[in-house]
Amino acid sequence: MNKLYIQTLLASAVATATVSTAAAKDLVFVSWGGAYTASQQKAYHEPWMAMNPDIKIVNDDSGGGALAKLRAMQEAGNLTWDLVDMTAASAIVACDEGLVMEVDHDALLAPAPDGTPASEDFGDMIVSPCFIPQIVYSTTIGYRTDMVGDTPPTTINDFFDLEKYPGKRALEKLPLNNLEWALLADGVAPDQVYEVLDTDEGVERALAKLDTIKDQVVWWEKGAQTPQLLADGEVVMGSTYNGRLFSVIEEEKQPIGMLWDWQVFDLDGWVVPVGGKNEADVLEYLKFATDTQRLADQAKYISYGPARASSAPMVGKHAELGIDMGPHMPTDPNNAKNTLLYNYEFWADNTDDLNEKFQAWLAQ
Amino acid sequence: MSATVESVAPEQMVTADGTPLKVSLARARRRARNRALLLVAPLFLFIFITFFIPIFSMLFRSVENELVGDTLHRTVPLLQNWDESGDTIPGEEVFAALQQDFAEAQKTKSAGRPGRRLNYEKPGFSSLFRKTARKAQKLEPPYREAFIKISKDWGDVEYWRVLKRESGKYTKSYYLSALDFSYDSEGNVVKNPGKESIYIKLFWRTLWMSMLITVLCLVLAYPISYLLSTLPARTSNLLLILVLLPFWTSLLVRTSAWIAILQQEGVINDFLVFLGFLSDDGRLAMIHNQVGTIVAMVHVLLPFMVLPLYSVMKTIPPSYLRAARSLGANPFTAFVRVYVPNTVAGIGAGGILVFIIAIGYYITPALVGGQSGTLISNLIAYHLETSLNWGLAAALGAILLGGVLALYLLYDKIVGIDNMKLG
Repeated sequence: MNKLYIQTLLASAVATATVSTAAAKDLVFVSWGGAYTASQQKAYHEPWMAMNPDIKIVNDDSGGGALAKLRAMQEAGNLTWDLVDMTAASAIVACDEGLVMEVDHDALLAPAPDGTPASEDFGDMIVSPCFIPQIVYSTTIGYRTDMVGDTPPTTINDFFDLEKYPGKRALEKLPLNNLEWALLADGVAPDQVYEVLDTDEGVERALAKLDTIKDQVVWWEKGAQTPQLLADGEVVMGSTYNGRLFSVIEEEKQPIGMLWDWQVFDLDGWVVPVGGKNEADVLEYLKFATDTQRLADQAKYISYGPARASSAPMVGKHAELGIDMGPHMPTDPNNAKNTLLYNYEFWADNTDDLNEKFQAWLAQ
Repeated sequence: MSATVESVAPEQMVTADGTPLKVSLARARRRARNRALLLVAPLFLFIFITFFIPIFSMLFRSVENELVGDTLHRTVPLLQNWDESGDTIPGEEVFAALQQDFAEAQKTKSAGRPGRRLNYEKPGFSSLFRKTARKAQKLEPPYREAFIKISKDWGDVEYWRVLKRESGKYTKSYYLSALDFSYDSEGNVVKNPGKESIYIKLFWRTLWMSMLITVLCLVLAYPISYLLSTLPARTSNLLLILVLLPFWTSLLVRTSAWIAILQQEGVINDFLVFLGFLSDDGRLAMIHNQVGTIVAMVHVLLPFMVLPLYSVMKTIPPSYLRAARSLGANPFTAFVRVYVPNTVAGIGAGGILVFIIAIGYYITPALVGGQSGTLISNLIAYHLETSLNWGLAAALGAILLGGVLALYLLYDKIVGIDNMKLG
């Protein structure tokens, strides 16, 4: 681990050297890589660079460990990033830690085409004063259409039903989402899930429900694992991000279906590190890249919903596959019959505690 | 000049300029030593700066705890007079100081970090600090009531006990958590109940799995190395390339290959079902558990055992074994009494190398470990990258480092480090 730390330090030192010798106007944006960065490149970066020919956006794909690296950079006083893409939960932590700056959403971001101020257009999505929302994604369940017989699963209860749907399941090796689903399947009313989870008995109850399928669960840590497990027929159902399922279903044509019931909404967006060298350019970029049209454009390349209310009606067809993206959005009315919005306040307080309990339960 | 020479005792030797030989020699030796030190100084400085400082600054975080005291610098000194064993929360003057501290923290946006720090001890502190900082500037006396109005947690004596306990410059709470202890609501150290304890279990699991992996590597590597060292150079070089080939392949590719081979719809299971040894429903679970972790890690670490063994075996003259045979030993005795003792240096080096790498491994167990193959390093990685609880990560890392050093010393006592030959 210490070796890795040093390697990271060395690597970032090398990165600094490379960046500072390049053109004066290189902006380093950190995101998740793969199809997601590609969608940002097409929808945001390329049009903006066309308008600002003297600026070049450099993509850094280290989104997964961004929080830890950002903290290490800020402590060493050697910040090489200009803008970072983070989940809302990480953004709340980064904001608390003082690593990223608070912004005035109305002053910084463009209003909707009809003049609605940004803070209203984004609404509840602004979960932290540092967070500039971009997309809504969901963690949901995919299943093998050829392994569930004639009656595909329709509710979250089916996920926990080993008699009706025998076979292995894939779940993330973290408490969040799993505990909520366990309680819902155990009959807790949706609006009381977090109230129940706030008590020791509620946690016991959720873990007891998970106990009923524990020996049939493959625990994943990377988002790509579930699509692979499903494609190989290793599991009959599994949870992952809806965009990953979209690409394995529509792009790779695997026999996989989506179980949208009680998908858990989560948000992803931008945060601006404190003390960046190109702050003015970054803020200008943000105004452009988070306006109504740009957020709608991103949905042409990936099946994540735009975070602005005003962008939803403008979502069109996939740029390459030519299929209508609307029905693949987690926010589509047909998919969003039963949804749970991740309770950020609850998890900000309880992640450490519940994760410890969850890991201890796993190790039993 | 001559007077000085005469005053020196006759048996004492002097140099041409009259200084005693002893002094002159010492001076020359000191100069040589200084020159040697200067030569190694750059290397020493490099190691010091890039190795020792990062490691120790990281390990220091396992006890460091200045955050709370620095942020609430008016409140904390006043808290020393408050009796935490009672059931009453502190008085108005503490709350007044708290208001000033929070108002200042809000200006510098520094209330979040101590909140997250205290949240490790008691869930709820994080949102409590965030909420309070937002409203602190507008609070009016009496502050005690005003604070309790923001959140009733400020009226809860348990929160205050935690705050007082964790306001010192140093803390032992990270080490307590790392050893599965915690504080109860009264502030006493208690052992976590069995179903909530995790780290000790994982430390033991990491230890025995690393040992098993080391032994398996040795069993597999010994015949390979023997073969390599006895074959003619042309064939053995080709085989050596095969041993090194995995080194040139990405670790992730190798691990994923094992998933494809071992999974239930994978090559081995398909083959066994095809042969009729297994029914289609009775496929073996060989991945996402301890078996998968051990198989994949043995494969990844095998070259680290083969290479030191090979380099040692290469130097053992074949005449030793022939001599033993001609003196009447049967092949087995000759091997055990003559050959094996000559390879101890390689076994020691390979064993230590494999064991130490295995004990800190985390990518392979993360991908193929499932719930029974998780190692302590996976949780260290979690606390470093996801929960940002670097204090706990540092404490776990320090305990792991201490354990490895203890085993190393034990090895030195039993086998002797001088016996080790790395290449």
